[in-house]
This record gives sequence, C-alpha cells and structure tokens, in this order.
Amino acid sequence: MTDKLDKVPDPADTPPAGAVPPEAIRAIPVRHYGRWISAVVVIALVVALGFAFAQGNVRWATVPEKLFEPSILEGLANTVWISVASMALGLVLGVVFAVMRLSKNPVTSTIAWFYIWFFRGTPVYVQLLIWFNLALIFPILNLGFYKDEMTQVMTPFLAALLGLGLNEGAYMAEIVRAGIQSVDEGQTEASHALGMTQTQTMRRVVLPQAMRVIVPPTGNEFINMLKTSSLVVAVQYFDLLRAAQDIAATSFAVMEMFFVASIWYLALTSIFSVGQYYLERHYARGALRSLPPTPWQKVKANLSRFSTRKAVA
Amino acid sequence: MTAMVKAEGVHKSYGAAHILKGIDLEVAPREVFCLIGPSGSGKSTFLRCINHLEKINAGRLYVDGDLVGYRQKGDKLYELKDSEVAAQRRDIGMVFQRFNLFPHMTAIENVMEAPVMVKGESKAVARERAIRLLDRVGLGDKGGNYPSQLSGGQQQRVAIARALAMEPKLMLFDEPTSALDPELVGDVLDVMRDLAESGMTMVVVTHEMGFAREVGDSLVFMDGGVVVESGHPRDVLGNPQHDRTKAFLSKVL
Repeated sequence: MTDKLDKVPDPADTPPAGAVPPEAIRAIPVRHYGRWISAVVVIALVVALGFAFAQGNVRWATVPEKLFEPSILEGLANTVWISVASMALGLVLGVVFAVMRLSKNPVTSTIAWFYIWFFRGTPVYVQLLIWFNLALIFPILNLGFYKDEMTQVMTPFLAALLGLGLNEGAYMAEIVRAGIQSVDEGQTEASHALGMTQTQTMRRVVLPQAMRVIVPPTGNEFINMLKTSSLVVAVQYFDLLRAAQDIAATSFAVMEMFFVASIWYLALTSIFSVGQYYLERHYARGALRSLPPTPWQKVKANLSRFSTRKAVA
Repeated sequence: MTAMVKAEGVHKSYGAAHILKGIDLEVAPREVFCLIGPSGSGKSTFLRCINHLEKINAGRLYVDGDLVGYRQKGDKLYELKDSEVAAQRRDIGMVFQRFNLFPHMTAIENVMEAPVMVKGESKAVARERAIRLLDRVGLGDKGGNYPSQLSGGQQQRVAIARALAMEPKLMLFDEPTSALDPELVGDVLDVMRDLAESGMTMVVVTHEMGFAREVGDSLVFMDGGVVVESGHPRDVLGNPQHDRTKAFLSKVL
C-alpha cells in the first residue's frame, strides 16, 4: 500500500532542475471551407438585394432629409415616453400579480389568474380599442371626488398607457412568477428562520435573486414594447409611426418614411440592448465567481486571438 | 426551571406519510442535545418543527415555555399570524445542511441582514457585531466575499455567525457538516464546540458521533418517527440497549 503511494510522482518535483520549459503547441488551425463558401453566397445575395432597392422607386435622399424632421423627433420622443411609461406600469403590475398568483390566499390568486387569462388572451390591438371606446359603456367617469365625461378623461395617451401597460403586466406577471419560483426554497426557509416576515423575505431575499431570471426576458419585453407601441396609432396617439405616416401622406414618400421610422426603431432597440447587457451583469453579482466580460473587453479579446492565429499560420 | 424545548406527543405527517409518531423529549437550558438516527427517521423533520418551519399535526411543542405556532385560550388553539410566528423565530437560530446563505449578499451583509430588517437595528451597530461574529468563527478577513467565493466550511461558519447575530436563546443545527468535504468538517465543529462552551442551548442533528460524544450532554436515537433510546451520549453510544440502536451504531461507528 505504502509502496504504491510512494510511486505516485510528487508534482512539485516533476520538472527536474535545469530542464527547458515545454514548447507551446503551434499547430495549423482546421480550415473551414464551408464558412468561406457560405460567406460568398450571402454577400452575393445582399448585393442583389441592395441593387433591387437602389433600382426601386425610392428617393434615397429623402431618408436623411426627413430623419431629423421636427415632427419625426416629436413622434420619436412620444414613442420612447409611451414605451417607458407602459413598461413601468407593466413591471409594477407584473410583480404585484405574480406575488398574488403565488399567494396562499385563494381570492388574490384567483383574481391574478383571471387578470393574466384576460389580458394575455386578447390581442393588444383590441385592448387598445376597448380602452379608447370606453365611453360607450361608461359615458361619465364618476370617482366620487372626481367626475367628468369619459371622452375627456380617456385621452389618446391614457388609452395607450392602459392598453399597453395592462397587457404588458400580464406577460410580466408570468415572467416574475417564473423568476420567483426559480429561487431555491432553502432561501425562504433561511429567511423565515431568522425571523423575517413573508413580505421582508420576498423583498430582501427572493426578488433580488429572482431578478437574474427576470431581467433577460424583461429586456426582450421592453424591446417588444418599443415596437408594439406603434399600434397606438389606433388610438390617435402621435407616435413615431404616426409622424412618419403623416409626412408620407402629404409628400408621397411612402417607402422613404417607413425607412425613416425603421432606422429610429433600430436605433432605439440597439441602445436598449446595450443597457440590458449591463443590467444583467449587475444582477449576476454573487452568482458568478467573476463577471463576464463587457462587449468592449470581448472585442479586444477577439482581436488579440485573431492576431495570434495569423502569427501561427 | 422551564425546559428550553419541550415536546409532548408530537406527530407530523405529509399526506399519508407519517413521519413523527409521538415524540416526547425535553431540552434543558445550556444543554447540547444531539439527535441521531438513520435517514428518514424524522430527526430533521422534528428539528424543523421546533421553529415552525413545519406545522405539527398533533401534540404540543414548547420553546422556553411558549407554545410554538399557536396560542391556547381555554381548550382552543388559535394559529398565530405570520408576523407572530416570525417574532417567535427571532430567538431561535437555525443552521442548515446546505448553508442557505443569501448568495446576492456578501458574508457581512448576510450577518447584518436580520438584525437590521427584523430588529430595526442601525447598520453601524449591526456591522460592528457582524465583524465581531465573523472574527469569532475565524472569518474576520472574509466579510467582503460573496458566498460563491467561499468554501463550504467557510459558508457554514458564516451561516452560524448569521444565526448568532440575532442573539438567539436556542440554536438548531440540521446536519451542519453533512454537505462538507471531510477536511472542512473540523473547522465547523470547532466553532460549534466553542459555542457549546459559551453556554448556548443547542439541538444538533448530526452524524458526527465523535462530536456527540465529546460535546453532547444528551443524546436521542430516533428511528421510524419515534425516540428509540435516549440518555447521556457516552451511555447510548458506548452501551446501547436496543437492537435498532446497536444495528445503527455498528454501521456508523
């Protein structure tokens, strides 16, 4: 037994004194011919598509001209505003209804179930129209301390906010619920054992950990919201798409204005994607031993890898 | 002197599974009380009943003279509200097999959390005590680390410090060393031994027979949801009377 153990080489001893360090491997990397061929095919297709667009009935000069048109910028600001406001409403409702849904109280969990069932089960476009036409059912809004004609109260902004926000709340409730359920039960037990109440446990222990699971799909939801907000044209809200359509209707630059709108939507979603990345990094603290690299660090790492490959070949 | 823990005919079942079949025992103040037994014997379940993480189905369970989880008026029992149960648990510390540290907080934040949130202590006061407690468990320099950056043994010692931060009168240990690599067990047992010497009342579910023999004042062997044998650890471990105790000990010793 001891003999056997003695024969195991002690790693501290292995490189005998004076030995040359091992030579690093410098091999020729595997050639990926398929990648080169597919790249050529894709480039050819893109060129053909670009050619078609260039030949089409599009006055390209109009696009940059109209990109910073005051009405376009106003619509853009309104799109950002309604998206952020609706998302904020959706987040709050989502957390509230997720907690209600998981509650032991049968009344609250049933209410939450119905809310999610209705607002997730009907198209958001229909919901927007229902809010906008609410005056057909409640001609007068009477809250006791406040009374007015419903048509006065239900402005395009309010209809858009309620339509988008309540719909989003139903989706967010399911996302938050999944997040809450992903947190280990031992966490709740440890928190309870320390004398923390259900509410304290939810707020201090469960939700912060659920955020890791909640943030990525919420980023998706927000990017979706930026685009879905274009439906608010249906309730007369002056958003980016409406601004573009208004110009298109008078200047006959139909395609051009859609391109203008698309450029702005792409810009918005790109900016928020970057923000989402850093938010995810923030909530990963404690869960990972070291945080993942930022995009800039990744670019640098890739560049240095590329240069070593060239050096080898 | 009132017993720190008193169980009278405690029963617990999950649906059809009858886990505890009438447990009677008493833990005196300042006593180190060890629970041993094969897995599935109900020892962990019983421990979790003491701080009402599990509701008992029959019998009575008292901690320091107070009924756990209920209020008795005449011959009627009233369930306590969530906040009242939480208040009862303040004085009972618990250490889990899998540590259950809060992974999104550093070691020191873990220890500070309950005093600040539950007792409304100022952060400065809580921080000072947390530093002292981490020092006591030998982790004075690890306060800024997240649990994922600590070894299992270190995490468990932070968990002990976290429970002690509430200045409990009773500490429950649920197999505190079972999830640890063998070479890390000693550090955790040292902390527990130190705690026992300071006079803390401890109920310990464990497979560490050496610890039970050296540190324990009483020992109970459970099997199949009942107490099979109890007494001083030296007697039960050295001279078991029941066949089931003998069979169990012959496997683990």
